[in-house]
Order: sequence, then structure tokens, then C-alpha cells
Amino acid sequence: MAALIMLLLGLFFGVMAAHSYILPGFWNDVLGFIKLRPLHVSSVLFWILLGGTGCIYAALDYLAPGRVSVKMAKLQFAIWIGSIAIILWSYLNGSYGGREYWEFNPVYALPIALAWLLFLANFIRAVRLLKNWPVYVWMWMTGILFFLFTFAENYLWVIPYFREHFITDTTIQWKANGSLVGSWNQILYGTAFFLMDRITQTKEIGSNKTAFAMFFLGLFNLMFNWGHHIYTLPTEVYVKYIGYAVSMTEWIFFIKIIYTWKQSVTVMQRHYHYFPYRFLMASDIWVFINITQAVLMSIPALNLYTHGTHVTVAHAMGTTIGINSMILLAACFEFLGNKHTASQKGYKLLNISFWVTQIALLVFWLSLNGMGVLRGIWQMSEKQAPFSLMMDGMQPWFMVFVYSGSVMMLSMGTIVIMLLRSGFRKPVSIATPVPDSGIKQVSTKE
Amino acid sequence: MGYSFSIYLQPSLRAGTTSSQQQQLSADGKLVWQKYNCQSCHQLYGLGGYLGPDLTNVYSAPGKTEAYLKAIILGGNKQMQGFKLSEEEQHQLMEFLKVADQSGSADPRKFRIESDGMIR
Repeated sequence: MAALIMLLLGLFFGVMAAHSYILPGFWNDVLGFIKLRPLHVSSVLFWILLGGTGCIYAALDYLAPGRVSVKMAKLQFAIWIGSIAIILWSYLNGSYGGREYWEFNPVYALPIALAWLLFLANFIRAVRLLKNWPVYVWMWMTGILFFLFTFAENYLWVIPYFREHFITDTTIQWKANGSLVGSWNQILYGTAFFLMDRITQTKEIGSNKTAFAMFFLGLFNLMFNWGHHIYTLPTEVYVKYIGYAVSMTEWIFFIKIIYTWKQSVTVMQRHYHYFPYRFLMASDIWVFINITQAVLMSIPALNLYTHGTHVTVAHAMGTTIGINSMILLAACFEFLGNKHTASQKGYKLLNISFWVTQIALLVFWLSLNGMGVLRGIWQMSEKQAPFSLMMDGMQPWFMVFVYSGSVMMLSMGTIVIMLLRSGFRKPVSIATPVPDSGIKQVSTKE
Repeated sequence: MGYSFSIYLQPSLRAGTTSSQQQQLSADGKLVWQKYNCQSCHQLYGLGGYLGPDLTNVYSAPGKTEAYLKAIILGGNKQMQGFKLSEEEQHQLMEFLKVADQSGSADPRKFRIESDGMIR
């Protein structure tokens, strides 16, 4: 529930921040871009973290019933919710002090890390007696551990030794940021594997050799591919070559998606009417789009043209909205239940909202790429026009960006509000898919 | 872990190009950069926000004197609000921008593409 509220806030702050592109100085005397951007970024990050951990708890309830400490979980979420409230309040008051993605005062990172330790302890307590861990349990475990490591690494700058050396400091900052994204991707992709097993009512997906191979490849990339963020930074050359070489292994993901495309389409058609699957299907398509973009952007010669442009933002938005949010929404439909699909009217509204979200996201993503191409051309041009003139020239793209973002806020917001209504209503309804039929059996639990 | 430590130890292995006093001032300047959330709009080496220009080499950009930079920071412009930095904070931020500028060039036009696809 808290995660869904964070998503609503993230959408709202994002659209408000985007207005600065078409209305310079928008709300500068009240909020302004400088407050709205961290409000947007942190809200979305906490949507992913709260949602990801919530999904793991819900899955553990199914995999290892009764082994999760409810008290510990409640304490973890209480610490987080308290910290998030303080962090958002500090932004509203213009108090920062942190770095990109974590702009809040570093003091607030301590309770976040402490709550994560509680989560780790609770997770280990639940899974330690499980035999033959499926791939998603491994993914969750590595995701949780690497998050802790990279989150701590992300704060090495508080030690003067690191902060006093600009290049090393910047290298570590983007090493940590890159790996942090990889760690929550492990958590979310693990959740997607779990959901696929649950929806198809098999244990094949989470236990087959290909899934484990993909897990190791993902882990390898998490640890070593971050160098592709800093090709232009004058840091050690071996860091760049390692980042380049490891990033190129992502072609394997790309080839695998192409290879299994026909099979995926058949399964998608079979489960199309079941909403959790529908959102997983959307995330699969966005994985394909984003992997294609990521591997191309990881080639230094191409990265030179896209780095520092909105193409990077397009990739980040495609990943956080298209992949991460779609997986989490799929999980929300699966775990919170969805009464709305039981009625014709509810199904129709969700169906429309789903497709409007996908189309708006595609337009949004294309507009960012368009802006990125223009900025890339400007960056490489011999006679560079002033920055403000270049920005003025991008106005039509900014309009598309803001309006598609606003439509996406409304359609995704509708989905979230329907989920919140489902979640807050008691008793909770759990929809169980019937394989092959696309029809749900709705059971009611107290 | 070994890979991580090879990066953490780089400052000890690399000969310094800046004095320890300048390093300390620029480290404090980085805190000023963070305190006023400059990264929301500006980039360093193409990393950061997109609403304003990349500031890696602004310190040595033609016509961009310290006085000009301070005037923009304090007074703002059409898009950017003005910030109330103290004299000390202004000095620290200028040192930070100076060190960033001395560290290299972020201009993509100055890179060369190698035959293996790497850039230098």
C-alpha cells in the first residue's frame, strides 16, 4: 500500500518537474525543479524498494509459511515509512546534502540501511530451511546482499579520503549507482520469475538451467558492467574496458529473447486476459526495447553521442516504468487481488488504462530519445550554439514529453487507485488463474 | 571485492596534481554542490541533470570568469533560481569547479574513437 502511494507521488512530482521544460522557472517560488526532481526520484526509488521487499514477503508467505517474523517486518516498514516521510519533508524545506538519486542528508541513510539489515535477517530466517532454492530465491538473496554493499559504498564520500579525489570519488559514485540498479533488478526479476511459476502453476521456470544461466549473467553484469556509465571520465582505462566487455555479454539476453520470442507470444496469448500476466508481458516487451538500447549505448563509440543526453533518461525511464513498475504492478494484482476484473466495467477500465499507459510510455520514451538526438547533435557540432538556444529548439519535443507524461500519470494513477481500493477493502480477494482458459476463479479470504 | 579495492586505492597509487589544501577546499566545495542540489540540473562529465549545461569545464570556458559564475549563482536566470551562498561557500564551490576543470575535458568533440570501439 505504501509502495503504491509512493508511485502515485512519484508520478505527480515527475509531471510537475517536467513542466519546468516548457515553463522555465515553473513554481520556482513554491517548489521548483530543484525540489521536484528529488521528490520525484526518491518517491519512485521508494516505490521500487518498498514494492520489491513487499513482494518478497508476500512470496515468502507462500514459499515458507509462518517463517517470516511479522514483528520484524512491521518494524522494518515502520522505520522506512518514518524515514521516507522525513526525507520528503526535508526536500520540501529545501534541505539536501546527498548525491544523485539519494539527495537527502546522509544521516537519513542510516535508518534505511538498518531497516534493510532487518529485512536481510528476516529473509534468511525464512529461506534457510528451504531445500533446492529456485532461481528467484537466489536472485532475491544476491539482490538484498548487493543492495546493502552498494548502498554503503554509495556513502564512501562522507570519508574525506574519497571526497578529496574528484575522479576516484566520481568513479565510485557511478560504480555504486550502477550496481544498486542491478541489485534491485535482481529482486524484481526474481519476483517476475516467481510470478511466472505461480501463474503457470509449474515450477519449471524458476528451476530450469537457462534461468540459472541468466541469473549468473545478470549477477556478473551487476558487479562489473557499471564502467559503461563513465567512458568520458578520465579514470583508469581498465575500468572502462571491463565495463565495455562485460556489457557486451548483454547481447546474450538479447539473443535469448529473440530465440524464445515465438514461444513467449504463444504463452502471452494464452494468459492475456489475466492482469498479472498482462503486466509481465508488458515488462517483457520493455526488457527487449531497453536491452537493445542498453547494449548499443554501452559501445563507447556510440556512447560518446548519447552520454549526457536525454537518450540516457529514455533508457532510465524505460527501465523504471516499463520494466520495474510493470513487474511490481503485476505482483500487486497477484498479491492484493483484483476485484475489479470480476466486473465487466472494472475489466474495461483496467484494460483501457493498461493500453493508454503502454502507448503513453512509448510516446514518452520516443520524445526523450528525440530530445537526446538533438542534444547529441548539438554536443558534437563544431560551432556550438548557446545552451539556452539549443533548449529552445527542443520545445516541440518537450511538449510531447510533458503531455505524454501527464497522460501516463492519469492512466497509471487509475490503475494504482483501483489497486489501492482492492487492497484497502476487506476481505481480500485473491484471483487464482486457471491455466489455458484465461478465466479466473475468485476466492475470498478473511 | 578485489576489483572494488583496486578502485578505492587509486588515490594512494596516483601521483596528485593538486595540493592538499586545494583538495580539501574542493572536497568542501563538493559538499556545497550537494547542499544546494546543483546536480538536479547540472552535469559533471555528462552525469547529473539535464535542465542546465554541463559544468565540468565551465571554470575555464571563454568569458566565464569567477565573477560571472558567482553572479549567475547568486542572481539566477530565467530558468534557475538564485542561491544565497556565503562568501566561504562561494570560494569552496569555485575551488571545486576549478579542480573539476583541471581533471580533464568533458567535451565529446575532443575524444577519439579507437578501432576497438573505445574512446580516448
